[in-house]
Amino acid sequence: MNRVSRRWFLTATAATTLSVTVTGCGSSDSKASGATGNVDFWTLQDPTNPVQKAAVTTFNSTGHGKVTLSVIASDGYKDKLRTAMGSAKMPGLFFNWGGGSLDDYVKAGKLVELDKMLEAYYLPSALEAGKVDGKLVGVPCRGTQPVFLFYNKKVFADAGVEPPKTYADLTKLVKVFRRKGVTPFALAGNASSSWTELMWVEYLVDRLAGPVLFQRIQDGDWSQWQDPAVLRTARMIKDLVDDGAFGKSFGSVNYGAGGTSTLLSKGKAAMVLMGSWEYAVQQGEDPDFAKNGLGYVAFPSVEGGKGDPKNVVGNPTNYISVTTAAPKETAAEFLKTTYSDDYVQGLVEKGEVPVTTNAEKLLAKAPDPAYAKFQYDLVQKAPSFTQSWDQALGLTLGTPLLTEIQKLFNGQSTPEKFVSAVLASKK
Amino acid sequence: MVSATTSRPVSKTRARDRAAPPTLERPGVAWAIPGLLFFLVFAVAPMVGVLYLSFTHWDGLSTPRFTGTENWSRFFSDSQVGQSTLVTGILLVGNIAVQAPISILLGVWSAGHQRNRAVLSAVFFLPLLLSTAATAVMWRQLLDPNFGIPSTFGRLFGGTTDPLGTQQGAIACLVLVTSWQFIPFHSLLYQGAARAIPHTLYQAAAIDGAGRVRQFFHITLPQLRNTIITSTTFMVVGGLTAFDIVLLLTNGGPGTDTSILPFSMYQTAFRTYDYGYASAIAAFLLLLATCASVLLTKLSGYDKMTSTLEGL
Repeated sequence: MNRVSRRWFLTATAATTLSVTVTGCGSSDSKASGATGNVDFWTLQDPTNPVQKAAVTTFNSTGHGKVTLSVIASDGYKDKLRTAMGSAKMPGLFFNWGGGSLDDYVKAGKLVELDKMLEAYYLPSALEAGKVDGKLVGVPCRGTQPVFLFYNKKVFADAGVEPPKTYADLTKLVKVFRRKGVTPFALAGNASSSWTELMWVEYLVDRLAGPVLFQRIQDGDWSQWQDPAVLRTARMIKDLVDDGAFGKSFGSVNYGAGGTSTLLSKGKAAMVLMGSWEYAVQQGEDPDFAKNGLGYVAFPSVEGGKGDPKNVVGNPTNYISVTTAAPKETAAEFLKTTYSDDYVQGLVEKGEVPVTTNAEKLLAKAPDPAYAKFQYDLVQKAPSFTQSWDQALGLTLGTPLLTEIQKLFNGQSTPEKFVSAVLASKK
Repeated sequence: MVSATTSRPVSKTRARDRAAPPTLERPGVAWAIPGLLFFLVFAVAPMVGVLYLSFTHWDGLSTPRFTGTENWSRFFSDSQVGQSTLVTGILLVGNIAVQAPISILLGVWSAGHQRNRAVLSAVFFLPLLLSTAATAVMWRQLLDPNFGIPSTFGRLFGGTTDPLGTQQGAIACLVLVTSWQFIPFHSLLYQGAARAIPHTLYQAAAIDGAGRVRQFFHITLPQLRNTIITSTTFMVVGGLTAFDIVLLLTNGGPGTDTSILPFSMYQTAFRTYDYGYASAIAAFLLLLATCASVLLTKLSGYDKMTSTLEGL
């Protein structure tokens, strides 16, 4: 090859990535699925893998077929799954986030509807995201991850204040901490962390209008973004940003250790709105702070709002779904292990809070029983558990939404522009 | 296609015309087959695939559906495309403007025989050993407004502690990190080229009374001409296809302010599963990169040059 073609070849590598997937679309015929047989089970790499491995080993000795566990690194899991689902390499069982991430697969006829009998073993609020069009297509396989407020106990004690119960408390606290030179809320505003900003929008909309508004949007009525509650939420966020609730430089802050979590543990920030996994992050970075200095409380109520203050947003849990590639009986039998006492206790010992009905009695075995109980009660008492919008909508609609939310926080967009841009993002 | 016509081996008679010694015959077509096959399978075939997909709607699960020029009419009316192209251009120019002078100076310096040169060169070349992912993650920490460089040396960032929060800041950070990562590579190119410059040229110049600066501008730079073209081409083509640093450092943000074309393509294909439209962006990128490198070759006269040892 000469110079031009070689260079051309280099430029083409970007394009190659795209078209490699073309070959991956081959046949989508489902394998002959008998009653029992071999099932590939794809799962995400995380600390609960040993619990799953134990469950698989036990299951394989019962003679209902053979499950092979493939642990896949979290980066690119969704891409890999998407490619495999269109091909003959489709796994029989797979780990997922429920909600919108399953829509396309249901439409393409890849998933199997599960037995309604299974519903009795799980908390109802955690099952919603496992359903598509009312059909159960995923059962919970992990702990629940609600979002709530974390705070630094010492910073609050020094200021002589209590965690907020209402939105009015919250705005008062912003002023108190601003005067003391402490950032009221740590926020990761770097573009790759804009899901932390989404949490604010989710909670405010839920408190103002109740879960029904987003439910309508998720069900396909995109015009619901015109609801006054959305605009009011956007204005509240603009006010928070303008009042310095998130500090001045949140646009470059990242989520996690070295970013928001360190701000909180070092007392440079008073609070952070985050998912329950924040506890584990703090434990990894500063175990002493996680044990003694970290406080947690539900998101405050908003005066005059229609939503129940007991409502929760976040990730209800993760799910296992069954595809048409799996032998029916093997898959059905394996799903039963996810609510067995052994499996649930395994999760509890790893610090997870499972959403099974038998979990409550096992919570005493958790590394921090008080924290586990707080989460379990929060979810059990919640009339509604709204799944994170980006997960619920799926990436196609969720990605542009995250971009618009980031622009709103960053001041690149106004509340009015935010509403019109989100409305226009669905083609 | 340019490649197809120019990669065809020159016929024997023409080869002789080109002053090659009669005994040294050019190898036959058969020699080119492995390379040609490789190129066909891994470059031409995917490109044709992308071109085809750009006329379809495909979500990666169902069969691609032919939609005519829908993607293309959307492409040309998409304001994001214009912005992405502009930012891609700014990044490209910025990267070349920062990297080229520094790499030339570093490369020429490290070609010499000074004391400690080997040790210092080894230190300079260290970033070359790190992957882009590691570089990006490291710089993300270094640029943290509360615990990174901006918190202590805010003045370096123009008084702001929020370098990634504005478009100018984010672009400057991208140029800074890319340069930090790739200057060593380009310096290495220049080091090799500078060492190949015949010493006699400098001796002659010294006799004629030329100082160091004059020697640099009248001997070193002209002699490095080919390397400058090579290095610039690398920067242009690399700049048009590199998106990893954007993905990891700014994720196209703030908002969509640093969403360069390759990043838009990635996001369209693998985040929103719109492979058809992503293919249109890919095809456009391909065209852009080809034009840029052909233009660079023609303008510089690189394709006509035979000897790099001018004046000898």
